[in-house]
Amino acid sequence: MKLRSIPIWVQTLVFFLVVAVVVYVAFSQGVLTEYWQQVILAGAILGISALGLNLKYGYTGLFALGHAAFYGIGAYSSALVTKDWLTQWSGSPVGGLAGLLGIESGFIAAVAVLMLIDIGHRRRALRERLMELISPFEATILSTVATILVGGAVLTVVGGGIGWLVRRIVLAVGPSVLAALPAIVSQQVVFLVALLAGAVLAALIGFLISLPLLNLTYDYLCIATLGFGVMTYVFFNNADQLIPTMKGARGMVGIPRLTTWPWVVAALAVALIVMRNLIYSSTGRAILATRDDLVAADTMGINTYQYKILAYSIGCAFAGLAGGLYAHLYAFLHPSNFTWLKSVDPFVMVVFGGVGSMTGTILGAFSFVTLLEGLRVLPAELIDWRYVIYPVILLFVMLFRPQGIMGTNEWGFLRRPRVEGKKASEDAAGAPERAPSEAPASASDS
Amino acid sequence: MPQSNGNSTVLKIDGLTKFFGGLRAVHDFDVVIKEGELVGLIGPNGAGKTTIFNMITGIYPVSSGKVDFKDRTITDLPAHEVTHLGIGRTFQNIRIFPNLTVLDNVRVAYHPHARYNVFDGILRSGRFGRGEKEMTERAQEFLSVFGLDEYQDSLAANLPYGEQRRMEIARALATEPDLLLLDEPAAGMNPGEIVELMDLIHFIRDRFDLTILLIEHQMRVVMGICEWITVIDFGEIIARGTPKEIQNDPKVIEAYLGSQATRG
Repeated sequence: MKLRSIPIWVQTLVFFLVVAVVVYVAFSQGVLTEYWQQVILAGAILGISALGLNLKYGYTGLFALGHAAFYGIGAYSSALVTKDWLTQWSGSPVGGLAGLLGIESGFIAAVAVLMLIDIGHRRRALRERLMELISPFEATILSTVATILVGGAVLTVVGGGIGWLVRRIVLAVGPSVLAALPAIVSQQVVFLVALLAGAVLAALIGFLISLPLLNLTYDYLCIATLGFGVMTYVFFNNADQLIPTMKGARGMVGIPRLTTWPWVVAALAVALIVMRNLIYSSTGRAILATRDDLVAADTMGINTYQYKILAYSIGCAFAGLAGGLYAHLYAFLHPSNFTWLKSVDPFVMVVFGGVGSMTGTILGAFSFVTLLEGLRVLPAELIDWRYVIYPVILLFVMLFRPQGIMGTNEWGFLRRPRVEGKKASEDAAGAPERAPSEAPASASDS
Repeated sequence: MPQSNGNSTVLKIDGLTKFFGGLRAVHDFDVVIKEGELVGLIGPNGAGKTTIFNMITGIYPVSSGKVDFKDRTITDLPAHEVTHLGIGRTFQNIRIFPNLTVLDNVRVAYHPHARYNVFDGILRSGRFGRGEKEMTERAQEFLSVFGLDEYQDSLAANLPYGEQRRMEIARALATEPDLLLLDEPAAGMNPGEIVELMDLIHFIRDRFDLTILLIEHQMRVVMGICEWITVIDFGEIIARGTPKEIQNDPKVIEAYLGSQATRG
């Protein structure tokens, strides 16, 4: 059987599974040292985070620097949930989870209501009505104040109400449901829920800050998101004021080590599939069009602001998911891992691998991690030269292949699906009349 | 030339004015365009023609004045909503999506009418399959109407210039407009291509039942296909009439050739 006749997704799946199983066997047979196991896990985790950044930067064209902040949000929030299950820091094994789900569901409900009543249009309609009575300036102020009041009321009543309800339900039902499962399973279930809740929280916070920020472009957006990164870092440093178990600048300890290769590889697969399916859909085309030409995308009837927010939030969710896996890999979280400088790491991976290439992003992440850690084989007196050697390599890549290793090329399943050309038979029978395209040469001079 | 039946007004602009800081780019512009008309808007460089387009399509906010499209005020509506109401446009410097394929460039225009949402896309549901198939077929039909089907899978950036112009027009028509604004479609074209373009404009007007407002510098295009013309200079209307009248209007000649020029 020829390789050609096997669907590309089967080929990719087989390749992916073989790699996953080989690495798994290598892990469990002790072929790789504990250290190298962690390096590979970190590579895959950073790959997920870098995919999120590539969605923001490579596919949507948003030059956003605060990625590590969302990585940290996912890490801390999921760690709070799983740590609760072990140590009951909140007084209940699901206290953290209940709080987190309460906040998230309340927020989503409030936003859904505001979208349902189409608050933006209502504000504009109100402004127009008011303009007939008072000056445009006063109308703008009044309609804005009214909008804020309505938004605040919805957030308090709907958001608060639903959030409170969800929290009570989780608190009441959660422990008994989880107790019914065997201890090993319930632990994994809590981990899964924690990862998802962390990713959703990162996405929601991303959504919230993107509302004002995504009106900015280029350097302005970069500075603003940088500011958000600094704010988050300061928050993590002082988080013990709010939740004592986060321990602020001393670093959060006591997180269960739950991140294993199957978890990481499954998360990576999910991230790649979600990303690939998103990009090669109508939504993805709208996002790419927004990047290529904002004004033209607008005149195609695309609400570009909305798609920038969507892409940004999904990118943040990827960072949150990766952060959750990271927290349960090292079992220790310190704010210094989430400074804005750490936001540069995924940038390096994306640019090294190829801006706008998923394959390249994964390649970039693994290269980055293995290069940085692999150079530890250097003799002790040279080991600090790692940070000279890898930038030099990066420099050469940028000089000789500025589009990154993969450029915008993809491999296997991640490639753009081929679209069948129009059938010839269709053309022949009742073909649509064609526009004039061949001008007679004689007509060109008059 | 089939004159469209309707007398209903498609576009009505009244007292449209635009200030860029202290610069008055457009002053008190007005126009009424009826269904099926092919209208020209001409004027020397910097006269404010493109600014008018940008105000109609919601890209620039309006300083003062009113734009009505089919009995609906669209002043200051965001650009994507103006498109939804049925105004399509092209740009003076082509604005294609260079890193998308030609097919995807056209499929983008169908996105607002997509029959599936982002979750269908991620989960590849049945609705995704059906919606995508429908979109693709319609886009391919458009491409073959414009003779672009052979380029379907190539990146738009790699198309020859003339084909990029055609694709941009195809893409604007894919948004299903009633009014099409063409901003210097003949810019950078050779005489042969210009003849071709004039045929194309007539063709799309008849096939898609369009009303067309056209900005153009090439007098041959404007005089050849427009039913009537508005001339602006320094943001103000200086003349309006049929191509014949415009050609002999002293103010127009002065604006284009300078006051020293002698007629004849």
